[in-house]
Amino acid sequence: MTSLSHVRLGTYFVVHMPRSDDFAFWRDRARQLVQCDVPPDRVAWVEPGGNASLFSHGDRRAPIPDDPDRPVRASRRFVALAKNAALHSDPERFALLYSLLWRLQSQPRLLEDKADSEVRRLEELDKAVRRDSHKMHAFVRFRMVEDESGGSEHYVAWFEPDHHIVRANAGFFVRRFANMNWSILTPRGTLHWDGEIVREGPPAQKSDAPQGDPAEDLWRKYYASIFNPARLKIGAMLKEMPRKYWKNMPETSLIPELVAGAQNREAQMVEAGTLEFEERPETLQAIDKAIHACRKCPIGELDNQAVMGEGPNDAALMIVGEQPGDQEDQAGRPFVGPAGQVLDAHMERAGIDRRNTYVTNAVKHFKYVQRGKRRLHQSPTAKEIDVCRWWQEAERAIVKPKVILALGASAARGMLGKTVSISKVRGEPIALDDGSELWVTAHPSYLLRLDGAAKEEQERLFAADLAAVKERVEELTA
Amino acid sequence: MGQPGIMEKLEILADAAKYDASCASSGTAKRNSSGGKGIGSTEGMGICHAYAPDGRCISLLKVLLTNHCIFDCHYCINRKSSNVRRARFTPQEVADLTLTFYRRNYIEGLFLSSGIIKSSNHTMEQMVETARILREDHDFRGYIHLKTIPEADPDLVHQAGLYADRVSINVELPTDAGLTRLAPDKNARQIEGAMGGMKMAIRQARDEKKRFKHAPRFAPAGQSTQMIVGADAATDADIVGRASRLYDGFRLRRVYYSAFSPIPDASAVLPLKRPPLVREHRLYQSDWLMRFYGFEAQEVMQATEADGNLPLDIDPKLAWALKFRERFPVDVNRSSREMLLRVPGLGVKAVNQIIAARRHRTLRLEDVAKLTVSVAKVRAFIVTADWRPTLLTDRADLRTLLAPKSEQLELFAA
Repeated sequence: MTSLSHVRLGTYFVVHMPRSDDFAFWRDRARQLVQCDVPPDRVAWVEPGGNASLFSHGDRRAPIPDDPDRPVRASRRFVALAKNAALHSDPERFALLYSLLWRLQSQPRLLEDKADSEVRRLEELDKAVRRDSHKMHAFVRFRMVEDESGGSEHYVAWFEPDHHIVRANAGFFVRRFANMNWSILTPRGTLHWDGEIVREGPPAQKSDAPQGDPAEDLWRKYYASIFNPARLKIGAMLKEMPRKYWKNMPETSLIPELVAGAQNREAQMVEAGTLEFEERPETLQAIDKAIHACRKCPIGELDNQAVMGEGPNDAALMIVGEQPGDQEDQAGRPFVGPAGQVLDAHMERAGIDRRNTYVTNAVKHFKYVQRGKRRLHQSPTAKEIDVCRWWQEAERAIVKPKVILALGASAARGMLGKTVSISKVRGEPIALDDGSELWVTAHPSYLLRLDGAAKEEQERLFAADLAAVKERVEELTA
Repeated sequence: MGQPGIMEKLEILADAAKYDASCASSGTAKRNSSGGKGIGSTEGMGICHAYAPDGRCISLLKVLLTNHCIFDCHYCINRKSSNVRRARFTPQEVADLTLTFYRRNYIEGLFLSSGIIKSSNHTMEQMVETARILREDHDFRGYIHLKTIPEADPDLVHQAGLYADRVSINVELPTDAGLTRLAPDKNARQIEGAMGGMKMAIRQARDEKKRFKHAPRFAPAGQSTQMIVGADAATDADIVGRASRLYDGFRLRRVYYSAFSPIPDASAVLPLKRPPLVREHRLYQSDWLMRFYGFEAQEVMQATEADGNLPLDIDPKLAWALKFRERFPVDVNRSSREMLLRVPGLGVKAVNQIIAARRHRTLRLEDVAKLTVSVAKVRAFIVTADWRPTLLTDRADLRTLLAPKSEQLELFAA
């Protein structure tokens, strides 16, 4: 069957494309050529500015099919892919599309054969164009200029696409910035939106675009701050944001210094962050030695000595105070000062033997301010208690008490990591994640500061707490 | 010292937000600004507008409203007892910044999180107010992600869902014990309660939308959560199990993993070494196995090693295949889609292409090579018209053969 009597064997055709992205034109011509049975190797497709002289022997006339209604088959998938792939800057793209259209006439399901090299090439072109379009959506950076006429705002961007995608992507920017006046300038043509219509203009140069925008400083500040120097992954960044885009994006000028400074910034984060403890000591002696050298918080820098807990290393009851006082610091032993005497008296009355109890503090060093010759007690901050939690947990891990009695809010924080109100939590055990139970009561030094009825009341409560703890220890060790 | 200016606040409050892993801006309802007074569009797929040197994409203005916080979570740089520089934006300032950046096409929208100031309700009110200014005063139609506060009044959280595309509630740590230890002010039951409430509200809004065209949208991009990895003793198996229960129980769109990274002013209860970043990567890969490859959480857990963690040198799919070699090789010309998806090195796209192509031809090894990134990785597990791995699948050193030759080290590993 021949549908075109005047197409001579061996005739070449040259199709001159009016625009590089004119898919509709290609489709019309390609349809005619298929209807005329012109095989792909007889057609040359020439872009505007392309070199047509190579094809000077070709027939420039478009063939006229005998039967313009003869159906030309192409799947919807092909049309969609071809329309997008036609925007690629590869000069061979129209020939490839024609070759595929030609083969589709006898192999309607050709596109499903993903291992076919032309199908693969089509998909590669499509993918490259989609990627370029996506990068245009992402990397166009508008700069604001005041219109000289009315003083209204106009946003202008300079972008350098790889492919002929500018006109095809106008819609995205119209939908997004519908109520803004904007222009996108590119070496492949320009787009201008005034709120009502898109005008197209000739190719532009970078110097046509405005030079800067005050918002760029803010944006660069954001870019530099949101990046986490502890996670440097330059390859991942370059994969998605290749260098060719960098020159037109305001934030990318920061990258070299961010990368160069990352190691330093991470080192600072780590230094400010980690406490550089060695492995957790596994004996009480080792802890004792280590806490004397501990300078992880400002208290360790004061003129004092660390005070280790004391008592049997398998005690069922551990009593935790806040921190050593002046006398404890001098003696190097916990609870030997006035508060210690109050505690001793109450323990004796409650029938708790201090010799069977492990007594220690949430904070290992004495915190004070010097007033003349006197050293005035200062409460540790939450942060200082949290830092010292390391040692207190190391002691707990060795002694493995069944019951812990925390004296005062600071001691409770050392166990719980949060500040609790004593009046709310006293009298009831709190389960800790190592299986022990925590009881919280007031600090004996609190009792020392009270008088009269209030003192009596608090002493009664303290005694009741100690009695409850004794009972609980006996229950658990029975 | 006076009040910090916008520039300084942005520096502090973006810096404080950098530990949050989520930056997605996809999967929401399609909208554009035609016919409106304002600005913005969403077209289904999110757009990454820039990439930072840490390899992560920037698609949203991700900031904290404030980094003041009354909570004292040990892994968090903004915790009460930390002495970082503090700053606080007003809702109007955040809205203005969002619009300034959006107009220049720097971002897809806003991701707003916050430290807790005064009370959970007060903080949530401020966040909702920011979204309200954007949506109502400026007719902003871009993407908004609000981190909601589980302790806040459910009405406020609901309000957040009406303005936001996506809401998230962080579970923070994979185990309740970890949460109790590291986030003493938070409560696992409360967090899950808030997630459950959100799930119900999203489902109800979907239902209404089907019946009434003008029913208000409610978090059309769903809800997500984030878990910190490596700050407590939880193993990968624990984490995968938790994530799977969260997906099932709360219909989450995503579970994000954030490898614990050293924070200035860290607390002593944190681990001394940060987990390798590749651990986070392996968890994301396992997440993909469950979401796109038909793996059950139980099967991912089977891929872990004796210590309960996924191997770091090979991906979890390969680890699974090496453990279950009796299921291989798989015949690419005959096997089901489900089984092809189990082949290490074959992605969803490659499997779809293989299935499409085999209707037309009997695939040979070279055909498969065209459809995959690396046929060397795949061939031990497949049979083609001209290829059979014979003993390869059973070789004891297969893992060594397939594991990446040079281990990818962290750039500045200690």
